[in-house]
Amino acid sequence: MSKAIEQRAIVVVGGGPAGLAAGIAAYEAGQTDVLILERDTQLGGILNQCIHNGFGLHTFKEELTGPEYAARYIQRADELGIERRLGTMVLDISQDRIVTAVSPTEGITQIKAGAVILAMGCRERPRGALATPGYRPAGVYSAGTAQRLVNIEGQLPGREVVILGSGDIGLIMARRMTLEGAHVACVAEIMPYSGGLKRNIVQCLDDFGIPLLLSHTVVDVEGRDRVEAVTIAEVDEHLRPIAGTEVRYPCDTLMLSVGLLPENELSREAGVELSTVTRGPVVDQSLQTSIPGIFACGNVLHVHDLVDFVSQEAAAAGANAARYVAGGSHDAVDSRGVPVSAENGVRYTVPSFVDVDAMDDTLTVRFRVANEYRNRYVSVYLDDERIQHRKKRVMAPGEMEQVTLKKADLAAREGLAKITVMLEEE
Amino acid sequence: MYDVIIIGAGVSGCAIARELTRYDCTVCVVDREEDVCCGTSKANSAIVHAGFDAQPGTLMGKLNVEGNRLMYEWAKDLNFAVLPIGSLVVCVNDEDRPGLQALLERGEANGVPDLRIIERDELVELEPNISDEAVAALWAPTGGIVDPFGLTVALAENAAANGAEFKFDAPVTAIERAGEAWQVAAGGETLTARTVINAAGVYADELHNRFVELASGDDTLQTAMTVAAEPLSIVARKGEYYLLDTTAGQHVRHTVFMLPTAMGKGVLVSPTVHGNLIVGPTASDVEDKESTNTTPAGLAEVVSKSSLTVKNVPFREVITTFAGLRAHQAAHDFVIGEVKGAPGLFDCAAIESPGLTSAPAIGVMVSGLIVDALKLAPKPEGAFDPTRPGVVNLVITSFEDWDDLCQQDPAFGHIVCRCCRVSEAQIVDVIHRVPQPRSLDAIKRRTGATMGRCQGGFCSPKIMEILERELGIAPEQVTKRGPGSELVVGYNKDRIVAPDTAGKGGDA
Repeated sequence: MSKAIEQRAIVVVGGGPAGLAAGIAAYEAGQTDVLILERDTQLGGILNQCIHNGFGLHTFKEELTGPEYAARYIQRADELGIERRLGTMVLDISQDRIVTAVSPTEGITQIKAGAVILAMGCRERPRGALATPGYRPAGVYSAGTAQRLVNIEGQLPGREVVILGSGDIGLIMARRMTLEGAHVACVAEIMPYSGGLKRNIVQCLDDFGIPLLLSHTVVDVEGRDRVEAVTIAEVDEHLRPIAGTEVRYPCDTLMLSVGLLPENELSREAGVELSTVTRGPVVDQSLQTSIPGIFACGNVLHVHDLVDFVSQEAAAAGANAARYVAGGSHDAVDSRGVPVSAENGVRYTVPSFVDVDAMDDTLTVRFRVANEYRNRYVSVYLDDERIQHRKKRVMAPGEMEQVTLKKADLAAREGLAKITVMLEEE
Repeated sequence: MYDVIIIGAGVSGCAIARELTRYDCTVCVVDREEDVCCGTSKANSAIVHAGFDAQPGTLMGKLNVEGNRLMYEWAKDLNFAVLPIGSLVVCVNDEDRPGLQALLERGEANGVPDLRIIERDELVELEPNISDEAVAALWAPTGGIVDPFGLTVALAENAAANGAEFKFDAPVTAIERAGEAWQVAAGGETLTARTVINAAGVYADELHNRFVELASGDDTLQTAMTVAAEPLSIVARKGEYYLLDTTAGQHVRHTVFMLPTAMGKGVLVSPTVHGNLIVGPTASDVEDKESTNTTPAGLAEVVSKSSLTVKNVPFREVITTFAGLRAHQAAHDFVIGEVKGAPGLFDCAAIESPGLTSAPAIGVMVSGLIVDALKLAPKPEGAFDPTRPGVVNLVITSFEDWDDLCQQDPAFGHIVCRCCRVSEAQIVDVIHRVPQPRSLDAIKRRTGATMGRCQGGFCSPKIMEILERELGIAPEQVTKRGPGSELVVGYNKDRIVAPDTAGKGGDA
C-alpha cells in the first residue's frame, strides 16, 4: 500500500455490545488509544433491531429495549471520546496484528494494533445449511433478517407464518409478527427442548396462543415463486422424520431460527485456533486467543443468551487487552496455562485455559449444557478433587451457565494439571 | 418484422443471439422468465466438459469439443469466470479398467487433446482426498469449471450491446404462419419474424411439436441441417446437488467424476469458480417440468454416491442444496436444424449435458444455419464489438487495486454482501446494464451476492434497498425471481383494523 500504516494501541473489530463494552473497559483501564471499527453506519450492532424489552436486567436492574441498552454504552463511549470509524469493514487481520479495512470515505486502510479485540458477533444459520428438501421460493427468511425488515424498515415479510427452530430470535419474531398483524401458525423445534429462554416461550408464544411443537421439523417447502405451504413432521429420537406424522401448513412465510454461528472468518484467516464446539476462538483466562495480543469476546467467542453477560465478558477482554499493551505486547507464550475440561453434559467452557499466576482473584467460567437437565449438580474438580458442587433445579441448552473460580483455590494446589467442569447426578 | 426470434434466454439462446449479432440482422430473444439464465442454464454442474463422454459422430461429441475450445477463448472477450482445472474420471475397481480405456479412446476419437490414464500414485498426488478404492483415472487437462450465470449474462449483454432485443416475462402462447414469415405471440405481444429458433429447454418438445403441426408436405428447405417433422419428447431429468462453503472448496482440486459401473453413474465432486464445492447430480426423470425441488431421497443419494470417489466430503459445510432439470431426449443427442416442411423454424432442442460446454459451438452452428437461410451479410468492419466488460470481483482484487477503485467510486468501499465480498458499486453497475436485472436472484447471478454462507441473510435487505432506489420501485415490488416472488407483502399493522371501525362491517 502506498498509504502509511497507522499505529494504534487497541483496535476493536465490531461496534456492537461486545465491541462497545470492550473499548470502554480498555479506555477505563488506562489505554486511551482505542479505535472501534464498525461496518454499519451506527454503533450498537444487532441491538438496534431488537426493539423488544428485557435487556439490562442484570447490568442496570431495569428492563431496557435493545436500542436503549446500546445507547447507554454509546453515550459512555461518547463521553470518553473513544474514536470509532463507521461504515468500515475489516477485511483481514494478520498474525502480527495488522488490521486491513475498507470504507467508502477512506478506501483501504491498514492499522498496526498493539492489541486486537475480536467482537464481530454471530450470524444466523440459513435454511440451506439444514438441507431441508423442497423448493427455494421467496418467503423463506431467517428470523433476524425478518426482524430487520419489520423493525427497521417497517415492512412485513409475510402474513401467514410458520417458524422452524425455537431460538430466541424466532420466539421474539413470533410475537412481533403477531403484533404487526400476521398470523403465526406454530413454532416447530426438532429437539425435544427449546433452544430459547424460558421467559421468551412464556411471553412470546404462550401469551399469544402460539403452539410450540417440540420434536418436529420441516420436511417439505412448497411454492415455486413464493412459499405456499410447508409440511411439518414429528421426528424420532435420532431426529429422523416419522412417516405418517406429516401435517401441511398453507402459509406464505417460513421463518428460521435454527442456530447462531460465531462469525469467525477473519479469525480463521488470521490463524486463530477455533473450537469445534463453539466455533469461536479457544481462549485463556484473559480471553486471549491462540495468537498473542488478539482477544475475543461476545458472540464471536461463543453465543450468549443475555447481552448483560456479553458486556461483562467484553469488559474483561478490554481490560486484559489494555494490560497486555501496557506490558509491552510480548509475543511469546510458552504455555497457555491449565486446561479447563468440559465433561459429562457440559458442552464447552470459556475460557479453555487458565494461567493461575496471571488470573484475577476470581474468574467466571461460562458454559452451556448439552441437554435439558433437572436436579443435577454442577461440579468443579481440580485434578481429582471436587471443590464445587452446586445443585441446579433446571438447566437447558438455551441458557448459559457459569461457575466462579477463586485464584486462592487454584494457587493452593501445587502442580495443578487440569480443571474439570461437569454435571453430576448426586 | 424481425429476422430472427429466439425463444429461450438460456445459455443456448443467448449464445445464438450473440453470434447472430455479428451479422446484419434484427434479433429478438423472448423468455417466459424475468431474466436470462432461469432454467436449465442456472442449475447444473457448471462444468466445462473435455468431451470424452459423447459417442463419436454425434452432434454432442463434436459440439462439446469445439465448445470447450471456444469457452476458454470467449472468456477473454466476454470476461466471465472459467478455470481450466482439469477433470478426472476415477476407476474404483480393477475390473472396470477396460471402461476407462474405452473412455480414453472415445475421447481421442472425439478429438479431445492430451488425455491420459494415470495410476493411483499420481492420482493421490493430484487429489489427496481421493477414495481409498481408486485404482486409476482418466486425466483430461482441458476439463474445467465455468460460471454458468456469468457466461449466459455475458453472452446476453454482448448480444444486447450489438443490437439484439430481449423481452422477458413473455411466455410464448401461439405460433402461426404469416405468409412467408411466422407470428409468435409472447407476453401479450404478437411478434413476426422470418425465422424462429426453439431454444426452450425442457419445453422445447412442445415448441417443436407446434413446428411440426405448422409444417407442410412441401419440404423445400433453406439449409442442409434438418430435423424430421416428427413429434419429439423431452423428459425433465432432475439433478439434485449439494453446494458446500468455500471452507470446503479445496477438498478436491479438479472435477472428479466416477467411471460409470454396474453400480451406477456416480456423482461428481468439483470446486466451483466461486470457490465452493459442488457435489451432484442425481438423475431421476420427473413428470412436472417445474419441479425444481430437492427431495430427501435425492439428497441422501448425493451424499452416499460421492463417497465412492472422494472420501470425507465435509457435508456439514453445506450452504445450500438445489435441483435442476436437464432436457433429456431418448436418442441422447442434441436436436439442431430446420424442421422439415417448415422453412424458417429451427430447433435447438434436447440440449442436455454437455450443453453448457457446447453453448459457444451451438451459438456458432445455429447462427450459421440462420445466416445461410437468410443469406445474411456480416456487419461492416468494427460494427460488431466482441467484447463485454466484466464485473469487478473483489475476492481476487489486490488491496492496492481495490483502493484505486474506491478513489474512482466510493461505493466500492461499501461492502453489501460480506460472505462473497460484493460492494454496492458492483450491484449498481450490473443494475444499469442490458438486459437489466430486476430481482434478488438476477443480482446474485451477476455479482455473486447472496451466494455465500449466510445465503443472503445479511445482504438481502440491503440489496432490496438498492433495487428500490436504482429502479425507482416500492419495497413490495422487489422480487426474489420475478412476479409472484415478492419479498415483502406489505407494511407493519397494515391489516389491523382501527378500534373505531372494528366490527362495523360494510365498506369502511
